[in-house]
Amino acid sequence: MLRLPDFTFRRPKDLREAAAILAGEGSRAMLVAGGTDLWPKMKRRQMEPRVVIGLRHLSDLRGVSGSPTTGVSLGANITLRELEREPMLLDRYPAVAEGAHSISSPPLKTMGTLGGNLCVDTRCFYYDQTYEWRQSIHFCLKKDGDTCWVAPGSSRCWAVSSTDLAPVMLALNSRLHLLSNSGERTIEAGQLYNPDGIAYLKKRPDEIVTKVDLPPINGDITAFRKLRRRGSIDFPILNVAAWIRPSKKGRVVEAARIAIGGITSAPFLSVVAANSLIGRELNADSIHEAAQAARLESRPLDNTDLDFSWRRQMVEVWVRRTLEDVTRRL
Amino acid sequence: MPDKLNVVGQPLRKVDAAAKVAGRTIFADDVVLPNMLYAKLLRSTRPHARIINIEASAAETMEGVKSILLGSELPITFGILPVSQDEHTLAIDRVRYVGEPIVAVAAVDEETAEDAIRRITVEYEDLPPIMSIPDGVRATDDPIQAYAEQGNIHKTISFEFGETKSALEQSDLILDDTFFYQGNTHLPLEQHAAVAVYQPDGKLVLWSATQTPHYVHRALARVLEMPASRIQVIACPNGGGFGGKSDPFSHEIAVAKLAMKTGRPVKIALTREEVFYCHRGRHPVLMHSRLGLKKDGSITGMHFKTILDGGAYGSYGVASTYYTGALQTTTYHIPAYKFEGARLFTNKPPCGPKRGHGTPQPRFGMEIQLDKAAELLGVDPAELRLQNLVQPNSLTANWLTIRTIGLRRCIEKVIEASGWKSKFRKLPFGRGVGLACGCYLTGAGLPIYWNNMPQSGVQLKLDRSGLVTVFCGSTDIGQGSDSILAYIVGEILGIDPLHIRVVTGDTDLTPVDLGSYSSRVTLMTGNAAIQAAERARELLNDAVAAELKVPKDRLVAADNRIFDSEDSAKCVDFAKAVQLAEAKFGTIGTVGSYKPPASAAKYKGGGVGPSPTYSFSASVIELEVDPQTGIIRIEKVWIAHDIGRSINPMLVIGQVEGSVYMGLGEALMEEQEFRLGVHKTPSMLDYKSPTSMDMYSIETILIEEPDPVGPFGAKEVGQGPLLPMPPALCNAVYDAVRVRIDEIPVTPEKILRALKAKSQGKEGRFGPQSFPTIEYRDPMFILPPWSGGDGRSSAQPEYTRKGL
Repeated sequence: MLRLPDFTFRRPKDLREAAAILAGEGSRAMLVAGGTDLWPKMKRRQMEPRVVIGLRHLSDLRGVSGSPTTGVSLGANITLRELEREPMLLDRYPAVAEGAHSISSPPLKTMGTLGGNLCVDTRCFYYDQTYEWRQSIHFCLKKDGDTCWVAPGSSRCWAVSSTDLAPVMLALNSRLHLLSNSGERTIEAGQLYNPDGIAYLKKRPDEIVTKVDLPPINGDITAFRKLRRRGSIDFPILNVAAWIRPSKKGRVVEAARIAIGGITSAPFLSVVAANSLIGRELNADSIHEAAQAARLESRPLDNTDLDFSWRRQMVEVWVRRTLEDVTRRL
Repeated sequence: MPDKLNVVGQPLRKVDAAAKVAGRTIFADDVVLPNMLYAKLLRSTRPHARIINIEASAAETMEGVKSILLGSELPITFGILPVSQDEHTLAIDRVRYVGEPIVAVAAVDEETAEDAIRRITVEYEDLPPIMSIPDGVRATDDPIQAYAEQGNIHKTISFEFGETKSALEQSDLILDDTFFYQGNTHLPLEQHAAVAVYQPDGKLVLWSATQTPHYVHRALARVLEMPASRIQVIACPNGGGFGGKSDPFSHEIAVAKLAMKTGRPVKIALTREEVFYCHRGRHPVLMHSRLGLKKDGSITGMHFKTILDGGAYGSYGVASTYYTGALQTTTYHIPAYKFEGARLFTNKPPCGPKRGHGTPQPRFGMEIQLDKAAELLGVDPAELRLQNLVQPNSLTANWLTIRTIGLRRCIEKVIEASGWKSKFRKLPFGRGVGLACGCYLTGAGLPIYWNNMPQSGVQLKLDRSGLVTVFCGSTDIGQGSDSILAYIVGEILGIDPLHIRVVTGDTDLTPVDLGSYSSRVTLMTGNAAIQAAERARELLNDAVAAELKVPKDRLVAADNRIFDSEDSAKCVDFAKAVQLAEAKFGTIGTVGSYKPPASAAKYKGGGVGPSPTYSFSASVIELEVDPQTGIIRIEKVWIAHDIGRSINPMLVIGQVEGSVYMGLGEALMEEQEFRLGVHKTPSMLDYKSPTSMDMYSIETILIEEPDPVGPFGAKEVGQGPLLPMPPALCNAVYDAVRVRIDEIPVTPEKILRALKAKSQGKEGRFGPQSFPTIEYRDPMFILPPWSGGDGRSSAQPEYTRKGL
């Protein structure tokens, strides 16, 4: 079997100590909660931390608090299994529960966490391989090499953002709490992500994602859809999250956000698509226009499952169907 | 044979079920011996290269490293087929695919062995990699294998059974179609593992996850230059095989040699990625078929051409190539048939046998082509098939003997169960049904190496305690072959099969059975077991008849006793019967063996295709195609299988369902793709195959018409039911959205492309556009049985020569 390399495991007594260890160890250290991303990647030598800091046991990272009218706080250690079954989310923030539900398979959802999914590593056919496999292509830009095999002329890495919850948080405009040795700060979810397959997170390496604040939902509607080959286990090759604020009286859109993930190095808000809906009713025409706009903003590459030009076509279909889900929830 | 069956036909528990569900089965990776070392293989990172130098000194001096094995220490080649002894345990001067083993290291633990491997450097001189069929047919001065027939063309085959060209000329309708069947792999849950120990008495023992301990035994003796009588191979229960554990492998020989060098037990357990490099799976096959029919629907002739992308070594490939032409004739009567096949060497892991071995690919093309023919003729494709069915107890154009054929009932049953007549071409756009059939061997007629001995042997030992032990060389790969032996012996001796001890797959303890491949096990071990058990019962009956003073022919064995059929109070229990027999005859042991009947095909090359009998299957798939995305959703699969007789219907249905899953996986998503000379997705996450949670709804119908040559009438089920799946799927896609997908896997983008082409007024089809020109050899001409042939090749008619 593939074996883990040697490393030191640290079990901090609380978050402060975790932050202190992380600050002290610097780039030698990585955090682990569920481990569904880190452990296999360590076995394949994609990640080679000398120190791994365990967060899973920390109770101050758990729990759901607040309400849909005031906003809901989710601890970063909440498992995906808990998220997909949380009644308040199912009822009022269905996109969050749907996003969590769509991730991987039940055993991995039992281990995987909200914070872990938001920070999950970017993926690529040339990168998610064993050390020996990567050696046979002389490695790639993301790890140990100097060529991005997806776009050999490119100076950046094109690995794909593969989190299902990030687009949901972008669409909801959630806020993330980051803790470090030097204190706590909050950022918008969109500020976490960077369109670069290597430096895909904008948080500082010494910061820990501790909490996610969902804004008050009131009459707002959310929906989420994911494209993957097998419904049982696969990572996204496209996901769409939509947030719509309808007018008090009816179906006219007052505000909208449409987030797209799984096709480039960062999830993004399709601003043109969302704006095209404002002031209009959600109907076949407006939805069609928004979906087309979203497709034009999307440029998937040939580094994950299924044909990339087909995946681009699917952006339009998936945005359309996600908005149709929204209309059914109005 | 008993009149009334007590065991056969019952859905009994498997003899190994309790251990399996309790997690107590000892697989090869569970074998642990004192003082055991762990081995790892350094594998090639180049698809095609000369090895200039191997620098291993940094690994040699590492603490914990006990031995380093290089290819030069094992210069003798091996391979499963006598004609393809082309593999070295470890590459010596050339590597031919990424993943080919070069160095083996034995160390005190797996981590150390892995570290050691990373400290070995190999200096390569790269050679141009040949990665596809178009690459492979091109001429070259430096072929991948020097023994290839021409360039990288490993082998060509050409047969003509009857004057095909003139038969085709008399057709009212001729179809020319090109199809492509992508390569895919077995994906057994258990990864290969082996443990070897070299004992102080100079005897070598190897435990391995193998389907063919007998052939591993022979390969070890050959490469290690040891008498086979000093080597013991023990096949552990396999956690799935599907053909992927049917070759002798480098890792098995390497651990044996390392055990000899170190004097310590040595274990190797492959990673999932390494299993992808062992491969021996489905050949990618490009094929062209010309089919002729009369207006009335009768087939006039067929000319079928195949090109197989074989990978870097021979493996079973020559047989696979023959199989791409062997079974076209077994389902529908083809009066004249020509076949040309060629296998190429390419710089990829070797292809070999996977469930259906070489026959799913041509079956795919043929069953789609029949669907097209039916549409052009304006007839129901089910009717077209029924009209052309091969007759029972007949010979085919290529001299295969068809005994029972339940295909008519298979088709009728799936048509009825699926509501075909109210659905075919009648469902709304986006929804469709498709039909296809298949046929498979119940064991290959000939062994892999030429010999006159039985293909299967069984020994029975009857203990005075009443315990019966069955010894047989067969290997349980999950299909239930151990249980089949117990059921059959239990039926004949009248005892509970779960109380029988079955000892299998051990070359020291058990008589030879050739292995778990070609769907041969139930028929061949079953017939051998029947013979051994009937001989034992004869001895028991002699002794019991004397004791009870009852005529022998009135004795019945059932319910763990032997009794007088006219007065069941006159009885002895089974243990007592054994004691009586032992007192009368001495220690009670019997043997049985089985050898298939001689084939009617006497021509050279006619050894691939003959079987004691054939199984048949028919399937209807109903599905939905989303025309906006091209995504397929399978509504239901109906499949009828001609099993002859189920020894255990529960196991039969399990095999049918497994085949349906595997066939649909191939049809929808499985794909061995290579990029930059490397396997694109050697992991269970990225190599897409349906999981149990993606499984489809299946209705299995068993057609039970006992076949005279099968044990209790049984035929095969392990492979045949896979064959209808890919073509039935493509035919259903056509019914749903009226576009032809002539290649698998049928991915959503292919459907959308075909739909787009159709909307632009072009042909609504996705598939290969052309078939390369290949120098096939001149055909061997054989007259079919109905033209006065005798199964031998005859003088070559003038017109079959090249250029005519």
